[in-house]
Amino acid sequence: MSAPVLNISNLSVNYSTDRGTLHALRDVDLHIQAGRIVGIVGESGCGKSTLISTIIRLLSANACVEEGEVLFQGEDLLALDAKAMRKLRGNELAMVFQDPMTSLNPVLSIGRQMLDIQYRDDGSKAEKKSRSLHMLERVGIPDAATQLDRYPHHLSGGMRQRVAIAMALMTEPSLLIADEPTTALDATLEIQIIQRLRQLQRDVGCAVLFISHHLGVISELCDEVVVMYAGEVVESGGTRQVFDAPKHPYTRGLLECDPASIQASDNILPVIPGQLPDLTDPPPGCIFQPRCDRSVAQCSSQRPRLDGQGHRAACFVATS
Amino acid sequence: MKNFLRELSRDTPGMIGFVIVIIVLALSVFASVIAPADPLEIDVYNRLASPSWQHWLGTDQLGRDIFSRVLYGGRVALKVALISISVALLCGLLLGMIAGFGPSWLDRILVVCFDTMRSFPTVMFALAIMTLTGPSLNTVIAVIIITSIPVYARVVRTQTLAVRNLDFILAERAMGASTLRILRDHILPNISAPLLILASMDVPAVVGMEAGLSFLGLGVGPPTASWGSILNDGYSYLRNSPWPIIAGGIPLILVTLGFTFLGESMRDILDPKLRGKGALNQ
Repeated sequence: MSAPVLNISNLSVNYSTDRGTLHALRDVDLHIQAGRIVGIVGESGCGKSTLISTIIRLLSANACVEEGEVLFQGEDLLALDAKAMRKLRGNELAMVFQDPMTSLNPVLSIGRQMLDIQYRDDGSKAEKKSRSLHMLERVGIPDAATQLDRYPHHLSGGMRQRVAIAMALMTEPSLLIADEPTTALDATLEIQIIQRLRQLQRDVGCAVLFISHHLGVISELCDEVVVMYAGEVVESGGTRQVFDAPKHPYTRGLLECDPASIQASDNILPVIPGQLPDLTDPPPGCIFQPRCDRSVAQCSSQRPRLDGQGHRAACFVATS
Repeated sequence: MKNFLRELSRDTPGMIGFVIVIIVLALSVFASVIAPADPLEIDVYNRLASPSWQHWLGTDQLGRDIFSRVLYGGRVALKVALISISVALLCGLLLGMIAGFGPSWLDRILVVCFDTMRSFPTVMFALAIMTLTGPSLNTVIAVIIITSIPVYARVVRTQTLAVRNLDFILAERAMGASTLRILRDHILPNISAPLLILASMDVPAVVGMEAGLSFLGLGVGPPTASWGSILNDGYSYLRNSPWPIIAGGIPLILVTLGFTFLGESMRDILDPKLRGKGALNQ
């Protein structure tokens, strides 16, 4: 097995809010091997966005990294100074955002933005332009040469997201972070983008951290999956293992609630009862205990840890 | 630029405005070539003459050729407008971006400064400064710059605040752009259109202000010609001849119309979202 590109261990991040300290991430462990696609799945507010903001070090001002380290190719990102960090971003570490409608500069042409992203490379304008063109073709944009002169508002959402992916992969990064890149797109586009992403990932050879709450997309695309709940990793492992034999009650609930898995139409959508715990005052034991239908006495006093290798779950009653 | 002219030619008022602006600029720049007479030459036998082949717009109370004075007055007006607006625009851009993108404590300090500046009525402020320094063209320019900077800075600040939280700025950061790069390459192009329009629309206001101050005797001193001083001279002799007033007023109206039309047209052209009107047909 190759060396991990990204190695996050024991990461805890807090936000200071009016109501007190909000524990957005608690003891998060995450490892991404080179060339692998790792998916993060979880409902809104589970800390997915905080996690990626921590990785690229663009946390909001009221956030504070309590402890832990984020090793990227052996270097602790949290210890880097701002300049060194900026050098990594967009170079070794690239990102695709959720909403393609707002993630491109509306007043600059596509070509101008594609050139702009290569500002670190020397080389003539013509070379950079031909690279942009080549990249646009690789992400499947028809008639790429004319698109270079067009503005983002001329393009559809799917096209814009392709442009954003092309821009992110332009520098052939070691790690691509994709923050729900298909959530704002419709289903047919979603699958096209996913297939394209998979193919590009193989060509470029980068690792991908793919955030989504769409289980179908995750199972289609990812090699490994990390399930997050309320700021904690509750289960992680190979995608097939996790989806076929979920260990954690939350993962099981999540899979049961996936509309795609509903067989009979009885007009009742399955739900996980209850709601996310208040993260300013998390329960002392297992974070999922208040909503869990299988909890035992130990669950409300002691925190389960994510131990072991491979497919693992942070649960006392986890079925193996 | 070529695109800009092509777009402009499709818009009749914009084109009219553009032509007026070009004519006014040309007449002012080449005033010394075009003017039929020396604007300062006194001819007491020909006082307050009506328009004739010799004096196209007549003469004033000292027999000076009004047409020549209007041309030279245009020089003064446009000099004041261009210098003060470009300086105010640059300073406002800088301060506004600092306020909009910098730390919030700096923003608060700057906003208080802008508001303080703006709370002075311009003419009162001008009168106070003139009393201290004596009337001169440079003082007029300085007063206009000082009073305009907060106007531009506030617009820049608001626009910067609106743009800085958009996703693409975050995307740029995530792709490793430095603050300077974000400001220069991404925020500036997004806010420059409203700023250019504001500057264009501001020209008539500044020209009017210079004329107003000169009318009050606070701008350029006699005998230098200015549209305001032509109006003032004419005002005193209104019963004898209407021509000085007409001659001094018409260029003010033309400049106002020209720059306003041009500004409105620029607004339509420079906004790429409005430009996308034809996007579906492309």
